[in-house]
Amino acid sequence: MSEGDVAWVLISSALVLFMTPGLALFYGGMVRSRNVLNMLLMNFFTISIVTVIWSLVGYTLAFDDGNGILGGFDHFFLRDVSSGEDLLFVMFQMTFAIITPALISGAVAERMSFKAWVLFTTLWAAVVYPIVAHWAWNGWLTDWGVLDFAGGLVVHINAGVAALAVVLLLKPRRGFGEEAIRPHSLPLTLLGTGMLWLGWFGFNAGSALAADGIAINAMVATQIGAALGALGWVAAEWMKTGAPTTLGAASGAVAGLVAITPAAGFVGPQAAFVFGLAAGVLCYLAVSLKFRYGYDDSLDVVGVHLVGGVVGSILLGVFAQASVNPAGADGLLFGNAALLGKQVVAVVAVLAFSFVATWIIAKVVDAVVGLRVDERSELEGLDITVHEERAYVLADTR
Amino acid sequence: MKLIVAYIKPFKLEEVKDALKAAGVTGMSTSDVSGFGRQSGQTEVYRGAEYEVDFVPKVRVEVLVSDDLATPALAAIEHAAHTGEIGDGKVAVLPVDQVVRIRTGERGPDAL
Repeated sequence: MSEGDVAWVLISSALVLFMTPGLALFYGGMVRSRNVLNMLLMNFFTISIVTVIWSLVGYTLAFDDGNGILGGFDHFFLRDVSSGEDLLFVMFQMTFAIITPALISGAVAERMSFKAWVLFTTLWAAVVYPIVAHWAWNGWLTDWGVLDFAGGLVVHINAGVAALAVVLLLKPRRGFGEEAIRPHSLPLTLLGTGMLWLGWFGFNAGSALAADGIAINAMVATQIGAALGALGWVAAEWMKTGAPTTLGAASGAVAGLVAITPAAGFVGPQAAFVFGLAAGVLCYLAVSLKFRYGYDDSLDVVGVHLVGGVVGSILLGVFAQASVNPAGADGLLFGNAALLGKQVVAVVAVLAFSFVATWIIAKVVDAVVGLRVDERSELEGLDITVHEERAYVLADTR
Repeated sequence: MKLIVAYIKPFKLEEVKDALKAAGVTGMSTSDVSGFGRQSGQTEVYRGAEYEVDFVPKVRVEVLVSDDLATPALAAIEHAAHTGEIGDGKVAVLPVDQVVRIRTGERGPDAL
């Protein structure tokens, strides 16, 4: 790596880490005021937990060569990670390993026990994340020619389907589907969206692992994906309900960012328009499915990350262009139908593995500490009953 | 002395305040409240799903007045808060035993 490359990946690592506090605010604004600290802490605490897990076992299971399914233990506790470049890669990838379980917190909001969250995140970050990361970036999917530039499979589909598995076990919040459980502070959500959007440049352009043309392409594609995602979502909801919402613009931008993630360094900027727009519209339609099927994906992790991740990973099989990135491949549009087939298989494989593995982990956590808070805590709010704190103190009377 | 308590549509607050001042009222208190009456809530859309919402936002206005100001103040609120549509709200007039101005210790009508 040149000094410029090193500098860019150092900055990108900081940018991606900055996304998790951004995600905390994005989610924190969407919950009711009695649960906002719990939501923030689920995300903030995940930074610390996964830093430990990644250093101990996550990195070695994901990136030690091992076999096609699982990495080895040669780098347990960062043993024999001697060069600066390798350590830089540990750091950059650590920030991805942190935000991925943090994404799941939005689905389980306002009712999951904090003890259960700590245990779940620890196990999930030690087992599920490294295995999927290994498959897509250093294992059988990589060898087979599947593309995932910055984590459509590893981060978004993985977290999205894991969220679905946990909420099916966790059951809905009281009042779900009967009353509108509304965001308490959309300004917080929009602030978080801005932090995510900024950090995503490190996520996607940083994944080039160099300060080069591919990083530039990824940054432009990321910007276009986010913008078109917000436009697509707001246009769809405006036509359907008559109101362009702040929450829709925030969700749409994230949906566009999710969809362009697997593709940012493999497709041209024109294709990014399609990724963003498709994700904005399809994710908007997908978030209402939870009401039809009765699973309480509270802050739409399934609707945005699972659906957006699938949209992006599949469209990548269509729009990938080897002339953008020689390390990539051509997709259907450029005469290579095989890539599309591989992308579909990869999506199905990650969906199946992550769902089953997450289900088992959540079952174990439920048996050990119980997944859910009691009814009184849910009604009074987790901030005061679990954390003994209040977010908003307007008069110091108690 | 009377305490007038009115529950009105939030967007009518400015008009009600101006009408009360014009009627000679020198002070008032307001608070944001939510509730329902015969209209019984409304429908709202969130994330593409429709919900019946029981509690709708209202403003509660409280005015302490002397007996002779009670009738004009009541009329001012009634007139200014009226739209003729459901949800215009209600006004109640309550008798008041005693009023104290805390700073001076004045009591009764002098404290108003």
